[in-house]
Amino acid sequence: MKIIKAKNIKKYFPIRGGVFLKVTGYVKALESINIEINDFESIGIVGESGCGKTTLGRIITKIYDPTEGSLYFYDEKGNEYDVTNKLDKSIKSTFRKSIQMIFQNPYDSLDPRLTVGEIIKEPLQIHRVFKNKKEEIDYINELLERVGLSATYTTRYPHEFSGGQRQRIAIARALTLKPRLIICDEPTSALDVSVQNQIIELLKEIQNEFKISYLFISHNLDLIHHVSDKIVVIYLGNAIEEAPADELFENPLHPYTKVLMSSMPSWDPGNRKLDKVLVTGEPPSPINPPLGCPFHPRCTYKIDACDKIQPELLGAEHKVACHLYD
Amino acid sequence: MKNSKNILEINNLKIYFKTFEGISKAVDNISFVLKEKETLGLVGESGCGKTVTNLAIMKLLNPKATILSGEILYQDKNILEIEEEDFKKVRGKEIGMIFQEPMSSFDPLYTIGEQMYEVCKTHLKLSKTESRDKGIDMMRRVGIPEPEKRYEQYPHEMSGGMLQRAMIALNLLTNPRILIADEPTTALDVTVQAQVLNLMKSIQEEFGNSIIFITHDLGVISEMADRVHVMYAGKLVEKGTTEEIFKEPKHPYTKGLMESKIRREYKSKTLPYIPGTVPSPQHFPDGCRFNPRCSFVRNICKEEEPHEINIGNDHLVSCWLYVNGGNKLEDN
Repeated sequence: MKIIKAKNIKKYFPIRGGVFLKVTGYVKALESINIEINDFESIGIVGESGCGKTTLGRIITKIYDPTEGSLYFYDEKGNEYDVTNKLDKSIKSTFRKSIQMIFQNPYDSLDPRLTVGEIIKEPLQIHRVFKNKKEEIDYINELLERVGLSATYTTRYPHEFSGGQRQRIAIARALTLKPRLIICDEPTSALDVSVQNQIIELLKEIQNEFKISYLFISHNLDLIHHVSDKIVVIYLGNAIEEAPADELFENPLHPYTKVLMSSMPSWDPGNRKLDKVLVTGEPPSPINPPLGCPFHPRCTYKIDACDKIQPELLGAEHKVACHLYD
Repeated sequence: MKNSKNILEINNLKIYFKTFEGISKAVDNISFVLKEKETLGLVGESGCGKTVTNLAIMKLLNPKATILSGEILYQDKNILEIEEEDFKKVRGKEIGMIFQEPMSSFDPLYTIGEQMYEVCKTHLKLSKTESRDKGIDMMRRVGIPEPEKRYEQYPHEMSGGMLQRAMIALNLLTNPRILIADEPTTALDVTVQAQVLNLMKSIQEEFGNSIIFITHDLGVISEMADRVHVMYAGKLVEKGTTEEIFKEPKHPYTKGLMESKIRREYKSKTLPYIPGTVPSPQHFPDGCRFNPRCSFVRNICKEEEPHEINIGNDHLVSCWLYVNGGNKLEDN
């Protein structure tokens, strides 16, 4: 069953300047993104910093409102609600319970003044889940143990924990209301290398146990391939390729996706490959994106149409936005 | 590169910090050498002491740090004993450093050109116009487009990748014999990272400097280093050539790091990982510091620190598993 459908989502952030804070331009974070998330599936969003992947996650959680386009939410019975603008009162509580978020940096995302118990209790109290205090405490302890922490930690503060443990607390907090979808925004990139895989394994276990959907946002291709069923590649606010995970890696079509894959270090000193990387330059600024295909200034396969007409995302299972495949 | 001379020698370096929570043994008795024209990769996780070691080489340690023992030999002199006034002629001129965050390692109040002039004035005694010519030439060589325009710009006007190139250009002005690169590409995107790494390689071929490349990313190391040293909790646990370390990692920690790369084949399988977390520097465990997380742990590992064992091919490992000439310890 569907949980979220986003249609032609566009997000522009105004840039203000001068004495009267007049709008002088826009940061074009997202241009016309379509995405659909169903129950018990994992979608990966991959792209470089500034490409708009975090903005997309925040629009789906309703932290930001989209500038254009529409966002639909489906409850467990399959009823459709338009949540593009303000959340309607009748649906607000269901929506907030259904969609949760895990942030990149667990050093910032946990309130330093609250104990671990209070952090996890907060959503339960806002939504008045338990009437009985004992039940609530038991539930919190159970959750903590589920994410691999001791139930005795409830009285401790976040600063007493390591990065990996803090991310486990953040996961427990996201789980409290039994959500259907969790947005994971770079959940491991602030952690030590030897701890990252522990957290990914925990997220996978939890997904299978509670039948949750994930929207995984990351710049790490290996991680995205491992956790996602379907991957969307974003460049400068545009979805440029979309395909099932294995298909995308076996048969990348868009020149940018190919560049991303060839830029990954080899892990094989006898067979180094970075000197074969073809791309030059850096992603342009989203304030003044290039005309036509956003990737054309860096693309080695550029043809005439590329700097004039923006290619559309076309295809069935495997979609690509590139004039080479017109 | 095998028979080239040592340019830097570090012997039994021990650096402790006094903190409120107790004594932090940030760097505990490490020794290594840097050879001429090589890239030495120093790998480890946060808090393992890799940055502290290199700050000691630059004599930039926090005053709270106590150097208990050891020496850093550069041109037959112990850096730790050189007076600060004399070392100013070495730092930045003969030993350069590239930092992780290009955004915060430039002074935001001065243009790139002014910061380059400062280097040229201090170390090379060049005039303003001479240093402008040299700076622009160097910026062109590291692949910065429109160097004349960039020379007049402030750091905030440039992107991360471009600033990191500018930082490399700034370091090359004096053509240092040693370049210390502390996570130089961690803050950059993968496509930009590839470009900066390629640049560093070609620079080394052209200028012939020795590079100490610090990172937590074994992938980057596999592309860059000639030799690799692995650090864990203030100790060097394994040393060897890059080929050796990647083909036959010996220390359980190195093995764990190698296995934790997410490979395509792992899809829909359980990912291998090292259990537990990195200990905090105030509470390093007794014996081998990796023992609480090690799956081959024996009683001796918890009691006694392992010493360095040479298992051939310049491959050294500090682990009790390899004491009897590479034969594994009997179970006890």
